[in-house]
Amino acid sequence: MPDTVSEPDRTASGAEDPRPKKLECRNLWKVFGPGASQFLKERGGRASPEDLVKAHLIAAVRDVTLDVREGEIFIVMGLSGSGKSTLVRCLSRLIEPTAGALDLDGRDLLAASEAELIEIRRHKMGMVFQHFALLPHLNVLDNVAFPLFIQGVPEAQREAEALAFIDLVCLKGRERHFPAQLSGGQQQRVGIARSLAVKPEVWFLDEPYSALDPLIRREMQNELLRLQSVLKKTIVFITHDFDEAIRLADRIAIMKDGVLVQVGTAEELVNHPATDYVAEFTKDVNRAKVLSARSLMRPASPAAQGYERISASARIDSFSARIVDAAQPFAVVDRRGAVIGEITAAAVIDLLAGKERPAP
Amino acid sequence: MTIETADPRAARRTNFAGLGRWVVPAALILCAALWFAGTLWPGLVQYPDPAVIPFSNAVSGVMAWLKAHFTPVTRGIAAVIDMPLRFAFNLLSKGFKIGNGAEATVLPRLSWVGVTLVMGMLGWIYGGARLALLCGISFLALALFGLWEDAMLTLALIIICVPICVVTGLLLGILAYRMPVLNRWVIAPALDVMQTMPTFAYLIPMLLLFGASPVSALLATGLFATPPMVRATLLGLAKVPAEIGDFADMAGCTARQKLWRVMVPSAKTSLMMGVNQVIMLALNMVIISSMIGGGGLGYDVLLALRALKVGQAMEAGLAIVLIAIVLDRLSQAIARRNQTPAQRPGLGRHANLWIALALLAGTTLVGLGVPGFVKLPASATLTTAPYWKAGLDWVILNWFDGIEAGRVFLLLYFLNPLRSTFEALPWAGVLIALAALGWRLCLLVAVLVGFCASTGLWVPAMQTLYLCGASVVVACVLGIPIGLAAARSDRVEAWVLPIIDGLQTIPSFCFIIPVVMLFRVGDVTALMATVAFAIVPSIRYTNYGVRQVPTELIEAGRVSGCTPRQLFRHVQLPVALPEILLGINQTILLALSMIIICAMIGTRDLGQEIFKALAKADSGRGIVAGLVIAFIGITADRLMTAWVRSMQDKRGMR
Repeated sequence: MPDTVSEPDRTASGAEDPRPKKLECRNLWKVFGPGASQFLKERGGRASPEDLVKAHLIAAVRDVTLDVREGEIFIVMGLSGSGKSTLVRCLSRLIEPTAGALDLDGRDLLAASEAELIEIRRHKMGMVFQHFALLPHLNVLDNVAFPLFIQGVPEAQREAEALAFIDLVCLKGRERHFPAQLSGGQQQRVGIARSLAVKPEVWFLDEPYSALDPLIRREMQNELLRLQSVLKKTIVFITHDFDEAIRLADRIAIMKDGVLVQVGTAEELVNHPATDYVAEFTKDVNRAKVLSARSLMRPASPAAQGYERISASARIDSFSARIVDAAQPFAVVDRRGAVIGEITAAAVIDLLAGKERPAP
Repeated sequence: MTIETADPRAARRTNFAGLGRWVVPAALILCAALWFAGTLWPGLVQYPDPAVIPFSNAVSGVMAWLKAHFTPVTRGIAAVIDMPLRFAFNLLSKGFKIGNGAEATVLPRLSWVGVTLVMGMLGWIYGGARLALLCGISFLALALFGLWEDAMLTLALIIICVPICVVTGLLLGILAYRMPVLNRWVIAPALDVMQTMPTFAYLIPMLLLFGASPVSALLATGLFATPPMVRATLLGLAKVPAEIGDFADMAGCTARQKLWRVMVPSAKTSLMMGVNQVIMLALNMVIISSMIGGGGLGYDVLLALRALKVGQAMEAGLAIVLIAIVLDRLSQAIARRNQTPAQRPGLGRHANLWIALALLAGTTLVGLGVPGFVKLPASATLTTAPYWKAGLDWVILNWFDGIEAGRVFLLLYFLNPLRSTFEALPWAGVLIALAALGWRLCLLVAVLVGFCASTGLWVPAMQTLYLCGASVVVACVLGIPIGLAAARSDRVEAWVLPIIDGLQTIPSFCFIIPVVMLFRVGDVTALMATVAFAIVPSIRYTNYGVRQVPTELIEAGRVSGCTPRQLFRHVQLPVALPEILLGINQTILLALSMIIICAMIGTRDLGQEIFKALAKADSGRGIVAGLVIAFIGITADRLMTAWVRSMQDKRGMR
């Protein structure tokens, strides 16, 4: 599909992102089975699915290349068994990748020794787990302070720091509770506070909300956005829920059978799905929430200068009610305030009704 | 990413199952054929004497060599262990004797008042008022019955033994967890043998190496009680969610921090269950090891039984049961307790410890002036012995005919015919039939059964099997219906559960006492004691199995229009069957261990073989007989488990 969106002020897409690369992997493989690394080496780091099946090897991650920018929320999305969890464990080296390169801050992470890795994890990485992984024998305070405890931080200091993070996730007053005495949402807050306690630069979240009820999940998603607006971490977030991905993501990477199918903003995925698989995924998405005014506008008519103005990056659902009530189209303006097109109520209604978008 | 890898294996398994249907009848026919063939060639029925492999001589030789060359080592071990043991004995029971002869001064032991109060306090801290009462009253009863000294000897042995077992078990468990290969080929098989090896068999080598002393009793107890801790550790660590391990890595734990700060504490529930089992097994074994100089309450029971002093035996037995119940409930309460007890202001973190020490020291000091605090005066103790005796006399006077008739009936029409049948089983036929039943376990089973035959102990082994089999049949005939009734009615369950909890707490030795009074010595007595001891799992697993049937299944049955009877017969029972079979498996293993102890009351089987070996300190004979019993147990366990597994696999229940 031709790329119809090519304004210079497009910031969400990785290619023109001015922020430095924080985490980067190139041609990363994780293959399970005896002799896997030899197998890949012999084939120059390339192996077809047929070859793998023939060799009785199982590839969980195949030739993944991606980069995560500093301060970005990068979402890895896929169904169960797609390898997303293995990928994030490779990025944190919880699982040793079979082949490929992995850099953190431009430094080769795969070359780090066991001791260096411990240091990196103690200061630069944090991780939140699907089933919380709280230590059952420690109370909330000790759980949150645990990463500091194993670093040998003095008791008074680590408790003060832990308390600050408990406060940040709104669990003040429950410091002495044990994990079993908390609800799922509260437990995950503890998990979040604990992963933040070492002030990590890269923050891995492995399906953090999948074990929670939908209402709690929504609340926690808002909470994450609130935290991120304060903390500005580099986030790698795993989910199988596309709606969650849309709500949170700067960019989304879609995985299938261990392969990275497509990386892009939610809008790019919806407008230009790279494969049928992505298209299938994005089919039922509420487009008004994903698409921006830019993707629905038509060339501006001379009268557009007099219309009500909306930003090109505004999501359709943020003005759909107003435009339907309004008597005339809206003008779409870019960042500098120049009118670049106009958008009609009919186009919005068509979109909301699920009709195919008329060609712009 | 574990896609379709299980399929080919599953397919093969069903093939096996299809074959298995033909294998079993074929094996039975073969077995019968061999029986007839035995008339032509008796060697197939009775293992030929010249072919007996002299395992026992070999074992005796090794033991003699060990004894000859390692006496300094064993003496050294004994001396090291003896120190804390003697201290505990003196502290709790004997008092510290300083100096020699007439001018010796004796520092008093801990006052019974203090110990009882501290037990009550422990109960209160961990389990509230009810547990406090249970602990306090039980220990008060020990003092009142005049059994304090012996009870404290028993307790001292346990107090020294349990920590050793727990630490050893924990370390071995961690080793097994870290090195799966070692576990699979060395540790797990060793544990299997150790756990099925009869208690008596542990006594003989200890007796030989360390002599008749509390130290050998302690070592035998330790060997016997450690395996469940290893298993609990292994199970607990394996059950820690993978995410917790990942978390430990992500938090930057070193390997040591990961193990001791994350994995082990996360496995705490399993570990505490292991500790509870260690305590109960240690108590069980401490009683039995009174035969090789352990002393304490077990020795009281032994003496009283030998002299047929009904009342005394009963009383000492009850004292053991009281200690068992207190230790069990207390350790369970401690295990359940997650948080540390609330701190009391002023006394700091160890407030309770200080209070307990003060109680012990205070009452003991009072004892210097008031002798009643050291030892309850004889006038204050009471004994229930005459009542037990009178009760028994009454029963015998009034019901003797009925009891005797029942006994003779059981012997004539059930036990004796069964015994002759088992004794006549051809060894080759049994070997082939069992190996065929096992199919995939074929090699293991053939080796184990072959060992039993080649030791020349085939007939005693079959005698053990007969009594064990009879007991298991009776236990299941009684136990499964009780379990079913409990599963169908909450009221019945509320009655049954506490009773079987209690039965389970009682050391095996104590079951012998009441039955031997009523039925005297012999096979019937052994059967009764074994049934009482082994019935618990058949009830418990049946109840659990039926109750764990998913509600949806029952609802689905109801919606399909099942009558309650149909629901039970066609839904609950089939789904619960694997659990019930596992219960029977446990019953078999318990029965086997009890049958051996019943050698004390005159059964003629492998147990008697070990018992005689113990009397003669013939280690080869005892250990080989012990191994034969262990192998019978392992064979039964493997076959049952394999059967249950294949059933569960077929139904997709695992």
